[in-house]
Amino acid sequence: MAFTPTKETYSGKVYPVTIGTGDAAVTFGGENVLPFHSFEGATPNSPVIACEIQDVPPADWPENVRKPFEAVSDDPVKWAKYCQDELKAKVIALRLIGTHPDRENRSPEDAAKTVKDVLDAINVPLIILGSNHPEKDSSVLVAAAEAAKDKNCVIGKAQEANYKTIAAAAMANNHKLIAMSELDINLSKQLNILITQMGFEKERLITDPMCSALGYGLEYTYSVMERIRLAALTQNDATMQPPMLGDVGMYVWKVKETQAPEADLPQWGATEERGIAWEAMTAAALLTAGAELLIMRHPKAIEAVQKTIEELI
Amino acid sequence: MALSGVEIFKLLPKTNCKKCGHPTCLAFAMKLAQRQASLDSCPDVSEEAKKILGEASAPPVRPITLGAGDKAVKMGEETVLFRHDKKFVNPCALAVEIKDTLSEDEMAKTAEQVANSEIDRVGQKLRVDAIVLTNVSGDAAKLEAAAKTVAAKAPAVPVIINTGDPGAAEAAMKVYAGKKPILYGANASNLDAMANIAKANKAILGIAANGIDELAGLTEKAKALGVEDLVIDSGARKAKDILEHNTLIRRAAVKKNFKPLGFPIINFMQREDSLHEALVAVTGVTKYASILVVSSIEKWKNLALFTLRQNIYTDPQVPMQVEQKVYNIGDPKPESPLFITTNFSLTYFIVSGEIENSKVASRLAVMDCEGLSVLTAWAAGKFTASKIAQFIQESGVEKEIAQKELIIPGYVAILSGAIEDKLPGWKITVGPREANALPAFLKTRVA
Ligand code: B12
Ligand code: SF4
Repeated sequence: MAFTPTKETYSGKVYPVTIGTGDAAVTFGGENVLPFHSFEGATPNSPVIACEIQDVPPADWPENVRKPFEAVSDDPVKWAKYCQDELKAKVIALRLIGTHPDRENRSPEDAAKTVKDVLDAINVPLIILGSNHPEKDSSVLVAAAEAAKDKNCVIGKAQEANYKTIAAAAMANNHKLIAMSELDINLSKQLNILITQMGFEKERLITDPMCSALGYGLEYTYSVMERIRLAALTQNDATMQPPMLGDVGMYVWKVKETQAPEADLPQWGATEERGIAWEAMTAAALLTAGAELLIMRHPKAIEAVQKTIEELI
Repeated sequence: MALSGVEIFKLLPKTNCKKCGHPTCLAFAMKLAQRQASLDSCPDVSEEAKKILGEASAPPVRPITLGAGDKAVKMGEETVLFRHDKKFVNPCALAVEIKDTLSEDEMAKTAEQVANSEIDRVGQKLRVDAIVLTNVSGDAAKLEAAAKTVAAKAPAVPVIINTGDPGAAEAAMKVYAGKKPILYGANASNLDAMANIAKANKAILGIAANGIDELAGLTEKAKALGVEDLVIDSGARKAKDILEHNTLIRRAAVKKNFKPLGFPIINFMQREDSLHEALVAVTGVTKYASILVVSSIEKWKNLALFTLRQNIYTDPQVPMQVEQKVYNIGDPKPESPLFITTNFSLTYFIVSGEIENSKVASRLAVMDCEGLSVLTAWAAGKFTASKIAQFIQESGVEKEIAQKELIIPGYVAILSGAIEDKLPGWKITVGPREANALPAFLKTRVA
């Protein structure tokens, strides 16, 4: 029996999204096949990894991921420059976590100033993230989007509770927008529809179906991503065709496996390697499920995932 | 692809005798096509029809068991391409390579590591499943000696003998008689000899091909030589090729029922850099490998790979659950604290683990919420004040404890008043939100 490979042709395609300006602009998405299936279609752009920084010192990060940034993380501008110049980050993700009411409760004006300062210091594209407090984010991200006007940033995250103000600000200031819902393909589709009904172009959206860490619900994120991607390709469902985000670092560096000392759990092995592997493997799994944009923390995890992407394309 | 109802109907006696319990042969054929009936129900079906239908209804990826005894590994039996369609059946085996050029001490050390690699995660026992013994030396005597060393140190661990030399294979196979090893390394030039050795030793034959085309040809030949249990390697080594070949192989098996490729896949992942190796292995775990061969098994890497495999192979319809009951942690006394949580395995194991960490003997009441986490169960109306009250009352735990106090998860603090109303005489205490705050919480209570 001779073997004839079963190749699939898909009716749909993922939108390519370009962020940033000038030479340092970056494009991801654009493929008309499942992740890394270049043997049966076009995969014009590689997935991109953004290096995560934040507006306040990362006192809440576990030691092993805080350490690499010790010399720079007291100041978001220094931190951003370090990621761009030393770590050669292609994209930087600035999380305005200090604006959360339960944290430093920084004002939208303070946040806008941080955004401006960081943008002045770097030329790679910037992703601007709120603190995931739906109410506060709607004022913080509006101010941030204005401060970054015309820099073609990514603003996030718009959720069901606050998408109107945030999408309007992203639209008025020429940014891309992350739409996040919680691990449900229908909710994700619904939110994309609501946002485009406001007049926001669907080609400027990025879908975040919500991340979960290896061992803590990864399989849910994995399958929701796979299903979204199949809907985009096989059913040509335009509401499911934006590229997808895996916000990996934040979810991974809070689970026990990234922190528990080896002395307490000898059967789990070296803590530092374990944490890095936890972040890198979560990211690699989401890449095979369909993520095109990853937000990550540990430089070694980023480097290893980058190397794997190069082996996959 | 399985046969359609009409295709099956053509093979049945067409007498509509109803002995199968269905009104017509066609109705029975339709049930067969949906796998809702078994062919055995029809007493009059011909031998020929049995053969054709049997082949068509066999799982698209052949079930094969590697090794013997407690540590045997089931492979194959997969039926889908995506885990959201249906549960992936047999979790891929993790195998570590031992080269026969290593010193005896080094070999023994790795073999012992494998034998002791088992850990428990959310109630499942996970371990490095197999050892690949590679004949790097090209020397038959060395391979045989290595096989003996490994068999002595890790007697129960299934083995894959990796050699292209039939002479070396023969000697090494003898060491594993009756243990259902894999003889990997059959290729276009040695197939006859390797197939004979596999057959004589009741071993699984591992085909080492150069491309999928050649692979399909070799499996057909092996079958013609009388070897039916095969594991297959297309020769892909780069992550991109592993993903492409594994996908094409699984598609051919599942969508076309293409028998020459309906076998478990073995992928060789070895890399200099251990982390990079783990990341390439991710492609194997998610994309259809049945055996992943790695070069090293550091504990951190094992834990991460075991966890990924567990995540990918869980049933997407049914979350992993534990039994509903009041669990004792340590040796609780009447005055020990009583906690409540849901029966989602992950929730139970995190919470019980943290209570254990605190070293305070306790009772943990685990309520059946169909395997949902605390907040999900609450949002789905399964972890409500009245259901909690009913469960606590019916559990009889009241008789074992000194004060009627129940500690609830911080995330459902909102329920405390309503539970107090439904459980007269009980004090409801709101615990911390995250389980990792439990040791500190328990410390302050004791103080
Ligand atoms: C995965 C998930 C699902 C999975 C289910 C997985 C499962 N087996 O439960 C699926 C996709 C099926 C699902 C469905 C739904 N979900 Co859901 N889901 C989640 C998600 C992402 C993670 C849940 C999880 O696995 N957590 C991990 C476990 C270990 O956490 P846990 O059980 O709470 O345990 C922790 C603590 O509570 C504490 N703890 C536990 N027990 C105890 C006991 C004591 C005494 C103490 C002190 C502490 C303690 O320790 C643990 C670790 O710290 C959460 C969001 C999130 N990030 O939390 C939403 C979430 C729980 N879901 C939510 C909702 C609304 C739903 C749905 C109703 C609708 C929907 N959006 O899909 C359905 C309902 C399901 C149904 N059958 O009807 C909401 C609940 C919102 C709310 N506050 O009401 C959440 C919070 C998302 C959100 N923000 O909207 N969901
Ligand atoms: S028992 Fe066999 S022959 Fe009789 S009706 Fe059923 S399928 Fe037809």
